[in-house]
Amino acid sequence: MSDATSPRHIPDRLQSNAARLLKSWEVLLLGVAILIFIANSFASPYFLNAWNLSDATFNFTEKAMIAFAMALLIISGEIDLSVASIIALASTAMGAAAQVGAGTTELVLIGLVVGLAAGAFNGVLVTVMGLPSIVVTIGTMSLFRGISYIILGDGAYRGYPSDFAFFGQGYVWWVFSFEFLLFAVLAVIYYVVLHRTNFGRTIYTIGNNATAASFSGIRVARVKFILFLLTGLMAGVAAICLTSRLGSTRPSIGFGWELEVVTMVVLGGVSILGGSGTIPGVVIAAFVMGLVTFGLGLLNVPGIVMSIFIGAMLIGVIALPRLWDMWRRS
Amino acid sequence: MQMSIETKAQVASAVDTAPVLTLDGITKTFPGVKALDGVSLDLYPGQVTALVGENGAGKSTIVKTLTGIYQPDAGTIRVAGEEMHFATAQDASAAGITAIHQETVLFDELTVAENIFIGHAPRGRFGLIDWPTMRAKSREILDRIDADLDPDMPLRDLGIASKHLVAIARALSVDARVVIMDEPTAALSHKEIEELYELVERLKSEGRAILFISHKFDEIFRIADRFTVFRDGQHVGEGLISEIAEADLVRLMVGRDVDQIFPQRDHAPSEAVLQVVGYSHPTEFDNIAFTLRKGEILGFYGLVGAGRSEVMQSLFGITKPSKGVVKIDGDIKVIRSPADAVGNGIVYVPEDRGKQGAVIGLPIFQNITLPSLSQTSRAGFLRLSEEFAMAREYTERLDLRAAALDQDVGNLSGGNQQKVVIAKWLATKPKVIILDEPTKGIDIGSKAAVHAFMAELAAQGLAVIMVSSEIPEVMGMSDRVIVMREGLIAAELEGDDLTPETLVRHAAGIGEEDQ
Repeated sequence: MSDATSPRHIPDRLQSNAARLLKSWEVLLLGVAILIFIANSFASPYFLNAWNLSDATFNFTEKAMIAFAMALLIISGEIDLSVASIIALASTAMGAAAQVGAGTTELVLIGLVVGLAAGAFNGVLVTVMGLPSIVVTIGTMSLFRGISYIILGDGAYRGYPSDFAFFGQGYVWWVFSFEFLLFAVLAVIYYVVLHRTNFGRTIYTIGNNATAASFSGIRVARVKFILFLLTGLMAGVAAICLTSRLGSTRPSIGFGWELEVVTMVVLGGVSILGGSGTIPGVVIAAFVMGLVTFGLGLLNVPGIVMSIFIGAMLIGVIALPRLWDMWRRS
Repeated sequence: MQMSIETKAQVASAVDTAPVLTLDGITKTFPGVKALDGVSLDLYPGQVTALVGENGAGKSTIVKTLTGIYQPDAGTIRVAGEEMHFATAQDASAAGITAIHQETVLFDELTVAENIFIGHAPRGRFGLIDWPTMRAKSREILDRIDADLDPDMPLRDLGIASKHLVAIARALSVDARVVIMDEPTAALSHKEIEELYELVERLKSEGRAILFISHKFDEIFRIADRFTVFRDGQHVGEGLISEIAEADLVRLMVGRDVDQIFPQRDHAPSEAVLQVVGYSHPTEFDNIAFTLRKGEILGFYGLVGAGRSEVMQSLFGITKPSKGVVKIDGDIKVIRSPADAVGNGIVYVPEDRGKQGAVIGLPIFQNITLPSLSQTSRAGFLRLSEEFAMAREYTERLDLRAAALDQDVGNLSGGNQQKVVIAKWLATKPKVIILDEPTKGIDIGSKAAVHAFMAELAAQGLAVIMVSSEIPEVMGMSDRVIVMREGLIAAELEGDDLTPETLVRHAAGIGEEDQ
């Protein structure tokens, strides 16, 4: 504060990127993932097997695909709770098409288009009508799955073309499934979009302060609409993978996934209030959730207990830093 | 503006009575600003004291001190001779001090009676609310102020004037000795204002002391008995309304030594950049017309609510005008969004820095490059080195004080946040920059930097619009001033016509015959 005449030099960064990384949530979460991995390998002799681990990835790949888009949406300050119902709707549409002899290409297109259309429907209600996304998507959650129930009732669609099975059951190389590679490619794409492009920057800006963003010339509604489209599209992609893996469609397909997807996003360090979070965080969170469910599965822990465990883990991981903060201050 | 004979008689007889409330040496400092500097204020039972002062004079700070929202750094508050400390709003309320605000603080979903007695409802057995008593007492108070309202009516069904009556009833329900009215007529119609005046008379006759804050001189001279003038957080005068002329009161309010040094500027008129003709909005403003030239600083002065910010936000594409034409460099432009405005070279630095200006949570450099990302990026991909370079260039020009460019803008002082917002817009190389209260609430040092920078921008040929409620700033910076009142242009002042007195007169609508 001595020299007032010439402009002072302001450094670009206070701490180096490496120093910042070390203190980040992602590194903490990576530590948790490694601990779970080690614990699992001690708990079950079947864990450290390449094929078993490959199987484990199916626990999270489809959900993680949606979680990437959901992360962007939540960072922008919105949410989509209808994603699991979009899966049901898209899967039902594909099943109906398969009954009348649609080929694999058509089925994929139908899955993607239904996802996009559902996302557009949510997006219009939120950005054009100005309704709160949590209410809109709770509504469309019932609506989309309700349509599946009307069409299918107690029944199921089967009889998908044999080459359609590749998306959910095929392996590209050694133990690496098509789904896992798709997950990896999407992770890279979403990483680049969120962290390396102007579009990604505007997502953070809107999430931190939508009013100031719009006062800065950002077309807030347009960006949010694109994110709803993207989330719908990813639900469509997940619907293709899941339908292909199961080989059948029931209206209960993917039931409750919306909460698991949101859990994955929040566990990955994305603020539920918007404005912060990273794709690497979501990727690690996907592995953590996959490893936990797989590990507990190997130990024959029933599904109900597993969901209790996941819930407790979410609360624990979110609450710990806050408790640490309170303890330090007192 | 005539006072009745008996009111004057009351004043004369009341001169000797002891004040019910005495403030002495009250000082309140906020980071970088001394909001109140040893002020005193006396309120007398059965009398209305008008508190007069410009925006920023410390009027609202004193109200908040009196109602226990702020605690003064120094000074004493005495109620009926007894020294008091108001740690909370409840303490002030218990001491018999109540405030009716410009925008009433009431609860829309509750009934009239619940609103009147919220926080001190009469209790029956088991501590449950004694509804019959509460209704009866509400009825009684409402009758006392001639308010024809049903105590069981939900507040949301009432108009703004009736809500004011409820607020007043609430003030009476605690048997307030001191009633503070903060611009109570700002949202009322002419008839409602008359009713409010009657009510003030009734409160006076009941022996309550009233602190009346208003910008409107006609009502001050109509209902006040005494006046106290604040200027820049200091007490500069007080006395009996009957003993002061309007012009003297205005002078007392604004007449100061120009204690701020404004940059020297040579302004040569040049070609028009922005022309606005017949610009109107259904409710906020009507028939606004002006021309802005290159290198000019055009001031917009007016009272709060005169429609200045609304005009500017409409020019920036935030609200839609109902009619009117905007020309930039002679070409008609339709601006539907801030993005359109930025594209046409119009940028806007809003008054509400925290909400509309800076994106708190994002680093400084990201705030600055926000509207210029297409320049710093390549094919949609960010280039951080370009962003830092741009941020560095503009923050150094504005002499920003920050630890690092990746620091959260929320950690900066108000003045430095303002510099970031201005830097953000300069980086877009605009033609017209609109600054809405650019130095409101920022420290003296940053103020001077912003002023110097505005002068520099104008010298470089940028056209500047400055909306300001601070008379010294308007006087010191503007080449020309447009005064707005109630959504209309009241006057355009320049040269010798531009004086603090003319500004206040046109803004408050004081008749010319008083000059």
